[in-house]
Amino acid sequence: MSTISEVSTLTKSSNKSTSKTRTIKDAVIRLAGNSQDGIQAIGAFLARLAGRSAQDVMTYMTIPATISGGPSIFQVHIGSGDILSAGDEADFLVAFYQHSYENHITSLREGGILLYDTDHVKPNLEDKRFHYIGVPISGATVEAIGGTGRDKGKNIFTLGLIAQIFSLDTEKLEKLIAERFRGKDESIVKNALMAFHTGYGYHVGDVLETFKFIPAKERLGHQVTMDGNQALAYGLLAAGVRFGAGYPITPWSSIMEILRSELPKYGGTFVQTEDEIAAVSLVCGASYAGNVAVTGSSGPGISLKTEALGWAVMAEIPIVIIDVQRGGPSTGMPTNVEQSDLNIAIFGGHGECPRVVMAASSVEDCFYSAIEAVNTARKYSVPVVMLTDQSLATRIEAFTMPDLSKCMQDISPKFEPVEENMLPYDDYEDGIARHAPPGTRFLPGTYPTVSGLEHDSAGHPTGSPKIHQAMVAKRRRKLQKLAEALPLPKIYGPHGSGVEQANILLVGWGSTEGAIREAVDALGDAGEAPASIHLRFLNPLPNGLEKIFAKFARVFVVELNDEGLYGNGQLCTILRARYCDPKIRSITKIDGLTFKVREIIEAVQNYLKGSSKS
Amino acid sequence: MSAIETKPVDPSTSSGQEKYTKKDLTADHPTWCPGCGDFAVLAMYFKLLEERQIPHEKIVGIAGIGCSSRFPYYVNSHGAHFIHGRALPFATGISISRPDLHVFVFGGDGDAFSIGGNHVDHAARKNVKMTYVIMDNFVYALTKKQTSPTSPLGFRSKTDPTGAVDCPINPMVKLLAGGATFVARTSAKNPKHMLDMMSQAMNHNGFSVIECLSECVEFYEGAFDKADPRKGGEFKEIPADHDVTHLESAMKYAYAPFPGWFGLFYKVNRPTKNELEAEINKKAQEKIVGQSPTQILQAMLDKLK
Repeated sequence: MSTISEVSTLTKSSNKSTSKTRTIKDAVIRLAGNSQDGIQAIGAFLARLAGRSAQDVMTYMTIPATISGGPSIFQVHIGSGDILSAGDEADFLVAFYQHSYENHITSLREGGILLYDTDHVKPNLEDKRFHYIGVPISGATVEAIGGTGRDKGKNIFTLGLIAQIFSLDTEKLEKLIAERFRGKDESIVKNALMAFHTGYGYHVGDVLETFKFIPAKERLGHQVTMDGNQALAYGLLAAGVRFGAGYPITPWSSIMEILRSELPKYGGTFVQTEDEIAAVSLVCGASYAGNVAVTGSSGPGISLKTEALGWAVMAEIPIVIIDVQRGGPSTGMPTNVEQSDLNIAIFGGHGECPRVVMAASSVEDCFYSAIEAVNTARKYSVPVVMLTDQSLATRIEAFTMPDLSKCMQDISPKFEPVEENMLPYDDYEDGIARHAPPGTRFLPGTYPTVSGLEHDSAGHPTGSPKIHQAMVAKRRRKLQKLAEALPLPKIYGPHGSGVEQANILLVGWGSTEGAIREAVDALGDAGEAPASIHLRFLNPLPNGLEKIFAKFARVFVVELNDEGLYGNGQLCTILRARYCDPKIRSITKIDGLTFKVREIIEAVQNYLKGSSKS
Repeated sequence: MSAIETKPVDPSTSSGQEKYTKKDLTADHPTWCPGCGDFAVLAMYFKLLEERQIPHEKIVGIAGIGCSSRFPYYVNSHGAHFIHGRALPFATGISISRPDLHVFVFGGDGDAFSIGGNHVDHAARKNVKMTYVIMDNFVYALTKKQTSPTSPLGFRSKTDPTGAVDCPINPMVKLLAGGATFVARTSAKNPKHMLDMMSQAMNHNGFSVIECLSECVEFYEGAFDKADPRKGGEFKEIPADHDVTHLESAMKYAYAPFPGWFGLFYKVNRPTKNELEAEINKKAQEKIVGQSPTQILQAMLDKLK
């Protein structure tokens, strides 16, 4: 859990004779201000610093859906061990405004520290649950930098304060600041460093303790620090994707922005289209032409893409559709998180329309899942919907540098002439269509047509009842083949331990993995016998899950969506339908925010209490 | 793949096949009604391909939904039958990612001016290299006689039993306003003229679009008699002195009331989307000459250490 845990005795601080330095394992720092204050920048600096110090880090942010301004927070959870979630409660809260203080003081744990800008915030100092550090952040920044910048730079000043309080590596931070502003006016770098040093040197008072993270264990290789959308975009590049199309929508947009600027370097193209339908249509066209292509969207955009997705299922053309889930329905909550698109991802569209659906569980997993999505689409000649969500898209994590020598792919089409009469939709045992893209010469002289109409083995339209029945079965069969090939998920026990004694299983998918694992750890500490699995493939499900379920007395499916008309979340409904097992129960919430670990624990405990009464 | 080269298709790159004939290009027998104008379009397309002899495997025919959009099934070449109204974005994906192919799109007035109307404007504005033939019959025929976006006022259909009341789209005006760089109009009743327009369209480096009046004898017989000299009408060709690079002048011809004018309304050279993207790629690669994809991505990831 996220408390600042004492791991060693108090020691004398080296640079401040009056204060004490306490060694800590991890800390949750929440920065609350307005979106234009650059608090994301402080968060990003801290995250990157953690990455460079071989520490673990996870961030969480909220951004207003308004164009500029509005309250915003950035939370950073840094630690020297494994960090699984962004933390339920803050150990350290920075409040830039009165509203920041009022709205977020409840997120500060008892005994936590409030750092506030005395120029804007008047906290209730009578509330003895917290420690208070008042610094005239705005005034001191103006004083330090001077000129016309007003309080621009107060984020960097605050970073200096944080660096002081948490004994952060100033040399690395200075380097990061210099890198961040590199290429800009020299005075900007100078001012930023000045603001940082002033904050670092600011005398915050004699009563304060300072903290020091225990050094992280050495890690093999370097760490990279990025958010989920970045990881996903780079994963697609590694996978060999060289064509994409999209339409701007939050929180998908940054993936298309990255691909638009990066793809040309690889000889590829990303097209911004007139609408969501055009985007998926371009991608169907490019994939048909031999270059497995990617589109993506969020919320309403996914609804718009479903007709063309159905075409790709029918025509058996591999495409990848990224769905960065947000709050729905309709325009919904564009900057909030939900896992409420599972149903549309699996079932969206008319007719019998089997496609692959997978979900990434962490920032690092976004990178590797992107590659797997592309390869699965190609291997099974099928559309793959890859689910992430708003929290994953904006969450920053540090993870081991991918070994590109192992994961870079060249998937450019080959145009080997087709020697024999090849029928794209013949009744192959594996059910997978055989396509040869345009530009491929068909030596027998008969060329294939790729069709969204029900078709015969050559791709020509047919109304034959027998053929339709067989073709539907064929398109289903190939996903059943995939289900056979999928590995079962690993079972996680408390703190990564064994699970021989476990009797409670939590099942999750997508971005909730960290919170679920922390809940398993905590439930284990509380004397329960919990474990968890996290599903990467949601359609088809891997074969053999029932064997895992059989080991547990209780199965709880944890997901960020509504319990629905019949009391079960979206994945839970599918698992209950698939396994007809009433012990599979649902834990859901849909408030637009990520799961707090506590919420999962309480939900499990409520179920356990309820059943012990009955 | 690469979007780098946008050279027109060179017949000499042919993979050494025998010269192909109409017979080699013929696939399924069309399911169109006897007397349908679309037969003439198909015949002229065969003729055009026979004349050009571009490599057989480099021909790609794309269509949306409608009677005319069954086209790809009747041609023995690479082809795809996409969804209603979206043939142009589909073809755009092919054209930009595969500059070595020659992309033809066939469709009707529903695809072009109703469900897919916005895509026409954007393919035109982007100037994506392809040839688009709109077989306009002023009626929804595949679904058996509903009002189409080009049905004239007063046209009685199953959805307008007392006569159409919605102002029809003027295809030429829309195509010109959208920014198409090659705009022509022809009729299935005049195959020679049609072949000429198709041939010029194919030569054009950019988004070339032809409206071809193609009569539906089943649901709108006689729709184009006013443009047919054999039915007492007049096939008015745009005068030879018309400056095809002059938009206002082209617009003047476009605004003429039905049956209007036939021929090449507008043709200008503007960089194609294909070329512009190739240019972006060239510039992006200048700084990283000789680097492998792995090196390029590694450099990106190194910045995130």
